[in-house]
Amino acid sequence: MKKLSLSVIGMYLMMAHGFSQAPVADSTGYKPKKLKLDEVNFVTSYYDQTADKSAVMGGESGPRGIANVTDFASGLDLTFIGFDSKKRKNTLALGLGVDFHTAASQAYVDSNGTAKNNGTRINPTLNWTRENEQKGTSFGLGAYYSAEHNYYHSFGLNATVSKKNKTNGEFSLKMVGFFDKINMIYPSEFYPVDSLKNTQSSDSIVYRTSASGQTQAFLYNNGQLVGDSKIHKQQTPTKPRNTYTASLSFTQILNQRMQGGVELDLVYQTGYLGLPFHRVFYNTGKDTIENLPSQRFKLPIGFRLNYFLGDNIILRSYYRFYVDSWGLVSNTFNLEVPVKITPFISVSPFYRLYIQSAARYFAPYKEHKEQDQYFTSNYALASFTSNLFGAGIRLAPPKGILMKELRVLELRYSHYMQTTNLNANIISLNLTFK
Amino acid sequence: MLYTLRKTFILIKVNIKSNYMSKCFVLCLVIFGLSSCAHVKEYQKSRINDSEMSLSNRNVEKNELNAESYREGSSGANGGKTGGGCGCN
Repeated sequence: MKKLSLSVIGMYLMMAHGFSQAPVADSTGYKPKKLKLDEVNFVTSYYDQTADKSAVMGGESGPRGIANVTDFASGLDLTFIGFDSKKRKNTLALGLGVDFHTAASQAYVDSNGTAKNNGTRINPTLNWTRENEQKGTSFGLGAYYSAEHNYYHSFGLNATVSKKNKTNGEFSLKMVGFFDKINMIYPSEFYPVDSLKNTQSSDSIVYRTSASGQTQAFLYNNGQLVGDSKIHKQQTPTKPRNTYTASLSFTQILNQRMQGGVELDLVYQTGYLGLPFHRVFYNTGKDTIENLPSQRFKLPIGFRLNYFLGDNIILRSYYRFYVDSWGLVSNTFNLEVPVKITPFISVSPFYRLYIQSAARYFAPYKEHKEQDQYFTSNYALASFTSNLFGAGIRLAPPKGILMKELRVLELRYSHYMQTTNLNANIISLNLTFK
Repeated sequence: MLYTLRKTFILIKVNIKSNYMSKCFVLCLVIFGLSSCAHVKEYQKSRINDSEMSLSNRNVEKNELNAESYREGSSGANGGKTGGGCGCN
């Protein structure tokens, strides 16, 4: 009886152990990982442009309308990756871009061509993304800031959601808002005049803000300049420009060699959409400042299709149709053909064709009438065709280039030609460290 | 805002009707419509996962895309900027 009792107790204990819900250790050995630097990207480029018909000089094609530009731009992006306790991937991306430019047209903000003709732009960015790889979903938030010389300050925010489906498709939605402040720096002949007139002696003080951001006080006596001073500082007035974008995209793997995507942007801009130092010359010879509507709705839709042809050639194609509420319509075609010389080295010639019709408010130098409500002579809104061609080389050996941390090196040269007599060369270098 | 939207859609209608873009547009829709037929398994994605097959822009193109958006009247639908900033020189 004692043996039987012990056997029953023993069986009970075995069953209890078998059905027990005691926590067991994760057999996969998964542990959350703190954010760790995963990738560093460095992009630098040099842009050199020759052009005339500058917007600052109202599209004039003479020596005063020269629009030559050089721009040296560099950007550093750091990507940190970590996994939380729910196996979600967290990505934090920090970026900083700086560029230095010279612009011949900028000198003519002052009508005698003596304004500062160079400037600096800085733009830090911050983006965070949380991705659930098991569910195929992700969510992200970002912020952006940019300041260019004395001309504007821009602040941006974005939010992104995406979802992958079981048939190798991915849908994403991105909402972006840019909140700009345009500094109201006028061509010198339109400087706002704040005069303190002494009617008895006809003395006056005139305050002027130049393109270099300096505010000067000029003292006049009976119409003659008798002194000036840079000690008086006054805040340059600003006007807002807001841009709201909803960006929808869908990408799909079509077969083992082909994948494509569609991207649709709905863009709404409101506020001061012209620039205060862009002149317009009427057909009478009198000049004024460009005036554009305070609203613009843009609708671009882009299609991408990539195809792996054979073992070494890839076709990367892109087409975009664009239309906006200012009557501007454009078509963009792009084809790039990377050829793999080895599995880790590829050379990519490319060609881009862009055809644009003019915005309804555009007219060339001295063709606007004084009774026009809206007017601009900025050739970015003119009718033109542009061609861009060039080639790039990409090196990505698995053991690194010269050092094991340098994983990818990309070098790209392109030549840009616009039928408005604008030509540009740009050379860019990208280095990826892991 | 509504007036602006209406004008934009009228422009789209006119332009799509007036040129061959409608054919391209329909072709793209058909391609994506057929996409549900394809089912590519993970081990069949060696070519699709090649870095040159990426559907996004290359890092090295970043400043080139900025320059294009400043010199041309249109922007967007290419992963680049749609607004914000000046680029006015």
